[in-house]
Amino acid sequence: MEKLLEVKALTKVFTMGSILSRVKLTATDTVSFFIKPGEIFTLAGESGCGKTTTAKIILGFEEPTSGAIIHNGKDRAETKGKKVWQEEGIQAIFQDPFGTFNPLRVVDRYFFETLQNFKMATTKREAIALIDETLQLVGLTYDEFAGKYPSEFSGGQLQRISIARALLTKPNLLIADEPVSMVDASLRMSIVNLFKRLKEETDLGVLYITHDLATAYYVSERIAIMFRGNIVEMGSVEQVLMSPRHPYTQLLRESIPEADPKKRWSSAITLSELESEEYMRVGCKFAGRCPHVMEKCKSEMPEDVLVDDTLVKCHLYKG
Amino acid sequence: MTMNKTILRTEGLKAFYMLDVFGTRKIVKAVNEVNLDIRENEVYGIAGESGCGKTTLLKALAAAIEPPLRLVDGYIFYYVDGEAVDVATLSPEAKRKLRLDYIAYVPQGSMSALNPVIKLKETYLDFIESHVSGRSKEETLAIAEKHISELGLPPKILDAYPHQLSGGMRQRVTIALAALLKPSIIIADEPTTALDVVVQRGVVQLLMDIQKKLKNTIIMVTHDMGVQANIADRVGIMYAGKIVEESTTEKIYGDPQHPYTQFLINSLPQFGDKSTRQSVPGSPPSLIDLPGGCAFHPRCPHAMQICLEKTPDLISLDTDHKVACWLVGGEHGKAS
Repeated sequence: MEKLLEVKALTKVFTMGSILSRVKLTATDTVSFFIKPGEIFTLAGESGCGKTTTAKIILGFEEPTSGAIIHNGKDRAETKGKKVWQEEGIQAIFQDPFGTFNPLRVVDRYFFETLQNFKMATTKREAIALIDETLQLVGLTYDEFAGKYPSEFSGGQLQRISIARALLTKPNLLIADEPVSMVDASLRMSIVNLFKRLKEETDLGVLYITHDLATAYYVSERIAIMFRGNIVEMGSVEQVLMSPRHPYTQLLRESIPEADPKKRWSSAITLSELESEEYMRVGCKFAGRCPHVMEKCKSEMPEDVLVDDTLVKCHLYKG
Repeated sequence: MTMNKTILRTEGLKAFYMLDVFGTRKIVKAVNEVNLDIRENEVYGIAGESGCGKTTLLKALAAAIEPPLRLVDGYIFYYVDGEAVDVATLSPEAKRKLRLDYIAYVPQGSMSALNPVIKLKETYLDFIESHVSGRSKEETLAIAEKHISELGLPPKILDAYPHQLSGGMRQRVTIALAALLKPSIIIADEPTTALDVVVQRGVVQLLMDIQKKLKNTIIMVTHDMGVQANIADRVGIMYAGKIVEESTTEKIYGDPQHPYTQFLINSLPQFGDKSTRQSVPGSPPSLIDLPGGCAFHPRCPHAMQICLEKTPDLISLDTDHKVACWLVGGEHGKAS
């Protein structure tokens, strides 16, 4: 099977606190997954579960403590020190479109500069043609956007511009870190539909990082659920989201508000009190909130078990 | 359903931002002729896209109108002990007094409002001491602890600094703080936005607990139609500064009449259904330069000639169901 990106046993340990009270926090703990060309792969989980750390390591912003990243069949360790977005064709879009662009600069400058840096155009006319072509992919035109400042666009438009900027260099992998969480629910679909179309028209692979499981189900084929640094469940969206096995996935799935006043939440839930306490936990990190908790869960880290092609990290499914 | 007594009413409310940009005057019509009738002991949800005037409406309702925002026309009445009080006529001091125990406003991003360099305990003490006088420190602290644990939050957070808590916990602490003086109305602006689903559920749970305990009114703005369905008794859909549809939550989701409401609800992805969903076409209009007639007509698939010419009024379709659209009611609509 052809793999565009493979992440192997990725571990990142952050050291926090002062010299006297040093604490080690494992932000991602032997995380492994792969993305095929032309596939949208979702990495989902709550804030502070290690999603963004994983993205940062793939983008080369952070060095992993251990583990390997293999992109286009090449190990990252060999290309060390080079800018991955230039050498390898990885591009990224981020959560807040208003934070992506400098409010005092016209947006088109970013496009011209990118083309210059990548030496993709020699004349202005060539550059404009390329920019216009990419903007049309996201449903905008060059004339609509030339000479305008970020404040002159709506959030949805600006996020689409940010996607166009990422696509300008024709990347093969797009890292989308919470691209829709700041956008209105109604505009959210226009962004998600855009990913769907790009996937069908090109063979762009997308790592879609989100906590919005409804759009994840809508747009992607495979999904990994992360919790406090571990992937707790991974498989096809049909399996993972329609019949979740890990108690945490079940909680997540249940907590998605449905647009139907007849299906209101009835039961009360317990939330984690302090994030760092959960990270420090020995054994299963979800043990403190799990309704099926057993003695074993509090001392032993569960292994990955394969149930119907779905990977589950839970003692309930062992043997 | 028995109708509860009115607690807050607006009449033809118009609140505009008056901006002076390089000598030319620009008027942002953020709240344009809004008539609301909010009742005791209900959760009233306001939904709509960003930039439709939701937040400005809340500011007006909380009597927090400050320049450049101006109350151009209309009235806001609070019903204090059954008597209507016109908020705009009150002196700033009287307004402040009334707001203390009558209305609590939790603005957007309020979880960043906690002082980062003092423990939450101090914030609570400050808050209580400024409103309730003549208590010793121990007594005040006991009030805070009792309040926190009554709402199901761990009392040990009082000894924590804000940065030690997650975003969801901070949001719940601020909401708890707002409920401390048992206000008759709590106004919350996007309390769940940018939180992940489990924490979002926790915040909704807390709001519902407070509402049950105090039997008060919650006015909540969110663009998340899923959250709205889960918490609201009645929902008002806002578009370009106007309420375009208002009804009970059941009717809004079960039988939406305005094309905009239909778009908002149908655009939500559903589990078990991968068919392509369409978002609302186009983008929201600029509130400085509104399209003539019905402000939704440039994006509406059913636009007719009259929609370009005249603004539809909010008409009663049924008890508790109001719509402003030429398709329903009136001589051009199907109801005629």
